[in-house]
Amino acid sequence: MELTRRKILALSAGSVAFATLSSLPAFASLTDDAIAELTGGADVGEGTIKLTAPEIAENGNTVPIEVDAPGAVEVTLYADGNPVPNVATFKFGPLSASRSASTRIRLATTQNVVAVAKMEDGSFQMAKANVKVTIGGCGG
Amino acid sequence: MISRRDFLQVGMAASAMVGASGFGNWARLAAQQTLSQDGLLQFETYGNVSLIHVTDIHGQLKPLHFREPSVNIGVGDNKGVVPHVTGADFRRLYGIEDGSPSHYALSSEDFSALAKTYGRIGGLDRMATVINAIRADRPDAILLDGGDTWHGSYTCLKTEGQDMVNVMNALKPDAMTFHWEFTLGSERVNEIVERLPFAALGQNIFDSEWDEPAELFKPYKMFERGGTKIAVIGQAFPYMPIANPGWMFPEYSFGIRDENMAAMVEEVRAAGAECVVVLSHNGFDVDKKMASVVPGIDVILSGHTHDALPEPVLIGETIIIASGSNGKFVSRIDLDIRDGRMMGYKTKLIPLFSDVIAPDADVAALIDAQRAPYAAEMAEVIGQTDSLLYRRGNFNGSWDDLICDALISERDAEIALSPGVRWGPSLIPGQDITREDIFGVTSMTYGEAYRTEFTGEFLKVVLEDVADNIFNPDPYYQQGGDMVRTGGLGYRIDISKPQGARISNMTLLGTGTPIDAARNYVVAGWASVNEGTEGPQIWDVVESHIAKLGTVTVQENNSVEIVGA
Repeated sequence: MELTRRKILALSAGSVAFATLSSLPAFASLTDDAIAELTGGADVGEGTIKLTAPEIAENGNTVPIEVDAPGAVEVTLYADGNPVPNVATFKFGPLSASRSASTRIRLATTQNVVAVAKMEDGSFQMAKANVKVTIGGCGG
Repeated sequence: MISRRDFLQVGMAASAMVGASGFGNWARLAAQQTLSQDGLLQFETYGNVSLIHVTDIHGQLKPLHFREPSVNIGVGDNKGVVPHVTGADFRRLYGIEDGSPSHYALSSEDFSALAKTYGRIGGLDRMATVINAIRADRPDAILLDGGDTWHGSYTCLKTEGQDMVNVMNALKPDAMTFHWEFTLGSERVNEIVERLPFAALGQNIFDSEWDEPAELFKPYKMFERGGTKIAVIGQAFPYMPIANPGWMFPEYSFGIRDENMAAMVEEVRAAGAECVVVLSHNGFDVDKKMASVVPGIDVILSGHTHDALPEPVLIGETIIIASGSNGKFVSRIDLDIRDGRMMGYKTKLIPLFSDVIAPDADVAALIDAQRAPYAAEMAEVIGQTDSLLYRRGNFNGSWDDLICDALISERDAEIALSPGVRWGPSLIPGQDITREDIFGVTSMTYGEAYRTEFTGEFLKVVLEDVADNIFNPDPYYQQGGDMVRTGGLGYRIDISKPQGARISNMTLLGTGTPIDAARNYVVAGWASVNEGTEGPQIWDVVESHIAKLGTVTVQENNSVEIVGA
């Protein structure tokens, strides 16, 4: 339980508190729009792209994310609960030894991190991971 | 509810392996009233490798009473299956006769009466006797400690874990993994681990700065025993910086990291391991999911959720062993490892009935030496109890109610919050409450009792957040504790709902009025994970309250209404 005064002040600002902790991201449709723009409305399959993220963030301000997309020329990351969902785009050239990247991102709330890869043949693949941002518990 | 016979058939049908547990025999001995050290230790040596598992001792050097839970709700795929089966259902499932020693050791009803009949359980001197007996049978048995060892008592707090390190070293473990140990602070943990005469394991203990495996903790250790190679992979508690104060060990990062676990299993298999054992502090449901996700694990020795199961649970071809807590049990697991795989197993959960198992004299002397400098202050009687005091179960136990009453009364609060931890010995009616007993349910390195104001809205956020850490249907999102205990606050919880919709009917018990989302309430609590929390230590708050009461009587608590379970 995270219960200091500082945290209470941060969280007790009315609707912000619930937005911060709700399991339904308020900005999910922005991500759908951004993905549609990237793919031009093309179908997005699952494929071989792999997204690695913690199930529960140890610190929502700096969440380690890793994406591995063999055969991708480009991978874009989205955080569907952030006010601005676009996180980063990684581009891979023909000489890239591995089509993988890792970074740390800030997550405002419990939400999905989405990775969309553009493949060499122009098709798209997607992977999704739900990352929980919690105020902490009282483990046994 | 499936019967014991069905349960065994389901287990066996799923696997080509040969399996057996010594439990049936134990239950029969108990029924015949022939409970004896020989009976408890009786085991026909099997296969070529023996594992010995102890876990979640929580600093308990001496025998104790520890009541198992009456409420342990499973969700999702784990609804209604072990370890989420309690009381009479649990006894029927395993063929345990009512009133038997197994009833007392493994379930909750009639605890006070049975405690008087069968006495205390545990004690590391008794544990030493059992371990030595297994080693006499199988000299190269591997002893594995699942962690939560260097925490939980007066002496452990005062010596920063040294008492437990000294006594456990005498038991000669081969490897260990971790959880509460880290609440000693990373400097102290590093100091102890650097000098530890056995392997400190955790494939999921990472350096937080670079997100790379931490140097001090190895992911696994290979053992050559019984003509084969066994790999033991460590899995520390995944959510340490969330459930406990991360600022005390900022250099470390954890997480489940099952991709890395899978990579480690491949690595040890490639290096010639014929048997892969995971020494885990995941919690039982997380271990079940991990066994289904990560291929190639033969045995998971499960810790953290304090479950004591008389028989292994089989997931695919992985057996999961749960060995209880607070030093009550030792598990023996004999394995037949041949031709690159586990061909069969035989297990026994051994309860350490302290009146039946002779203490090991050397370890008993060592325990007394750890306690001697503090004996007088620990033994001081603060009050008496008329009620059974326990803490184990998804919602308030009577110790929790007493602690919450102490917070409300001593800190002049409207509402009290107490953490849903699963450790702490029980006291039976008529017992004195000593200072040591109070530390047994409160001692920790962040015990400051804060006093602050929360809005009604924030109180709901707290309850919803903690509830989702327990009742999220996906075990990987569970932290393994229990619901935050509340004093002065009643509520209704619907287990089956998602986060944000579980909690309703929040009521201020002092006035009987509904909690107002906009109003501020004076809240006292303890064990905040935030740095800089101020207030008196919780054990001083509880001691002062008990001293004023003299004799403690805890009324039944019906302030939480549970539905959807």
